[in-house]
Formats: sequence, structure tokens, C-alpha cells
Amino acid sequence: MSEKPLDPATCLTLARGVKMRFDEIRGQWMLNAPERVLVLDEIAKEILSRCDGGTRISDLCWQLAIEFAEPLETVEADVMELLQDLLHRGFLRQ
Amino acid sequence: MREIPAPPMGLLAELTHRCPLACPYCSNPLTLARASGEMDTGAWLRVLTEAAGLGVLQAHFSGGEPLIRNDLEILIAHAASLGLYSNLITSGMTLTHKRVRALAEAGLDHAQLSLQDTEAEGADLFAGAKGALARKTAAAAMLREADLPLTINAVMHRGNLDHLEEMIETALRLGAGRLEIAHVQYYGWALRNRAALMPTRAQVEKASEIAAAARQRLSGIMVIDYVTPDYYAERPKACMGGWGQRFLCVDPVGLVLPCHAAATIPGLDFDNVRERPLAEIWRDGQAFNRFRGTEWMRAPCRNCEWRETDWGGCRCQALALTGEAEAADPACHLSPHHGRLRKMAEEEAEAAPPAFIYRRL
Repeated sequence: MSEKPLDPATCLTLARGVKMRFDEIRGQWMLNAPERVLVLDEIAKEILSRCDGGTRISDLCWQLAIEFAEPLETVEADVMELLQDLLHRGFLRQ
Repeated sequence: MREIPAPPMGLLAELTHRCPLACPYCSNPLTLARASGEMDTGAWLRVLTEAAGLGVLQAHFSGGEPLIRNDLEILIAHAASLGLYSNLITSGMTLTHKRVRALAEAGLDHAQLSLQDTEAEGADLFAGAKGALARKTAAAAMLREADLPLTINAVMHRGNLDHLEEMIETALRLGAGRLEIAHVQYYGWALRNRAALMPTRAQVEKASEIAAAARQRLSGIMVIDYVTPDYYAERPKACMGGWGQRFLCVDPVGLVLPCHAAATIPGLDFDNVRERPLAEIWRDGQAFNRFRGTEWMRAPCRNCEWRETDWGGCRCQALALTGEAEAADPACHLSPHHGRLRKMAEEEAEAAPPAFIYRRL
């Protein structure tokens, strides 16, 4: 992938037709998209539930760093990697 | 003792085999179900409830043309109430503003619209219908006006593969968030028309390059799904994500199938959802267990390191090309039939195309 890195000031949101829901039967959070389903782990769920179109990526990282008592740099690296990937695959939009 | 299978992810609800189109590559069986045999609304509502209870996450409403069923909105509303992600797979031929509004209000999550070609003449020829392109263009606009997410499904073959660039542009212009570039899969009506549909190797190679470049260029704008066609591939696809592992299909009369073409395979007993609960069929049904997992496999699949990746490929294709449903899918380079398959594809593609045999009841 050769696209430019994400700006931490960006507010992301789920792409059109993408929905997050808790699946009672499997006991897991799922991301439903056209013809695709992604199983979310706890961290991915926390990140994506903050992609509400109004929260900057940088703020989202702060929130997670505080909530999970992790160093901000670690959180930022994980968050950026996940968001970049999901944006590229069309699960998210700017 | 048999293990309890993981719950299915997707339900393909083939509401009807009736269709305004007569595409020569239709995946419906050669013997189509008549309207009089179709399940009623109540039966379909029960199928959806049972599917959600079983763990299905996405319901794909298909056919034939699902819009022909005037209870489609009721079924979609019920799917939404169950938390199912609903997907309408349509030709768009009979879509109206009123219908689109009703579908959106019912809670439809996504629509997939087929496009046969980017030129009117080809679109009519490949759809076996008149005025297909104009109707579909109008349908896409209606869906977008209603703010419904749209996928364009482009089934590609020797007749339209050279229009792939235009197809990508058209999908973008129609406001699609996703484009599915699907090479024809040869079973059902497509197998009958294989010689007329088979692209040349050069066509396929060029198309693969175009698709790869477009995917890069349109990253974040339009999702492009593209898979190399089986006859020119080296490795088979995990058909249906593995037999009886991720999907189930309910046909218009209520038969529950591991894949929508499974009825071509002899020796399978298909249960009817009108007579047996869906969960029981998924778990214990003979047809679902026949090719589930790896026990049924022979060489070269049995000891292959990819056996739990591609699950031996497609059973229907193995049967159609080797005469044995237990054989490795000849799309695999490890199949003894692979070379013959490639040669046959190349010969068919180089010869003049025969006329299409259009699907009919």
C-alpha cells in the first residue's frame, strides 16, 4: 500500500452500509459490511465505537490510553495500523 | 462422533426462480421452480427467525428476481427486527421509486445490482432482455437517491471482458461503494453456455491487471472485489467458504442447500425447511455432512497442506469436469485434470462462440 499516512486530526466514521453489532450467539462484536463480516476483538471494538464522525483520531487515542492505562505511543501505533487497514478495505470513511 | 459445526454466517434466500432476465450464465438450476411451488410469506418469516437463532448474520435476498415477490418488504423488515444484515440481490429491472422507498423503510441495509455490459446492445444480449442498461442505470439512481449503499455486480466473460475499464467507470458514476467483478462460474446454465462465455487467457490477464490497478487507484473510494477465474487459476477457491461451514441456501420451494448449485450433485438428500428445523438440517442434514470438513477427501486433497484453506475447491465443478464430486477441483494445479481443463478453456475461447442458450422455465 502506498497511500499517505492518516492525519491524526481526521474524524473517521463507518463506511456506508457498514454496521457494528454484538452477536449474542458467538459472544463477539461483529462488523457487517456488504458481503463481508469482520470479527472484532475487544480493542478493535473500542476503537471503532469511537469512529463516530466527530471524534478525532488523536482524541480517540487519548481516550483509549487513559481508559486502558497504556502509553499513548503504543495506543497510537495500534490505532493507526488498524484504521489505515480498515480505511483501505472500505470499512471506514473520512 | 461428529463435531457440532460452527454456526453459519450467511443465508442465501432464493425467494423465487422467476426473473425478467434470461442470462445465459444464470446460476439457477436447469430445472427451475414454478411460482405455484414457492414458499409463502409465513414460511419465509420462519426461515429468517430460525436462521437468526442459528447464528446467521447476513440475509441475502436473491432469486431469480426477489422484487417479483410482493412480500419482499415484509421479509426485509422481519430480518431487520432480528438484527440480520439484509442484502438485496437484484436485476433492478422492475424497480420503482415507490418500491425503493418501501425497501428502505423496511430497513434494507444494502443492494447489489447486476450490470451485464456497459453498452446497450451487449447488455440486452447478455441479459436476454430488452432495454436492460437503461433500466439498470435508472435503478441505480433510485437506490442512491434513497441513500441505500450500492454494489454493482458485473459478471464478466468473453463477450464483455474487454469493457472492464468502462465497467469500473460506470460503477463509479452510478455511485457504487463496491464493485464485484465476478467471472462466470461454470455450473447450471453457464455450463451449458461455457463455449460461448469462456474468455481467452490474454483477456483474463489484461482484466486482472486492470482490476489490480483500479483497486489501488480507488482505495478508499470504491471497494473492488476481483477473483481470477477458475479455469485459468492455479489454486481452487474455498467454495462457499467450505461446504457446510459458513453459508446455507434456501431455495424457492424450501430445500436447504449447502450451495445454490448443490442440486447438481447426485446422492445428496436435501431436507426441506417446511418439514425440519433449520438448525437440525444444518447440524445433521445428510447433504451438509456429505462434504463438510476433510473426511470425505481423496488424494491429492486428503494430505494437502491447503486442505483446510480451500477445502478442496468446488464440489459442483469437480463433478461437472471429472464426473466425481469427491475429486479435487480441477482448478487446482494438483488435480490430474488441471492440464486438460486449461487446454479446454483455451480451445473454447479461441473458437468462434456458439449462440447462447437462454434460461427458461
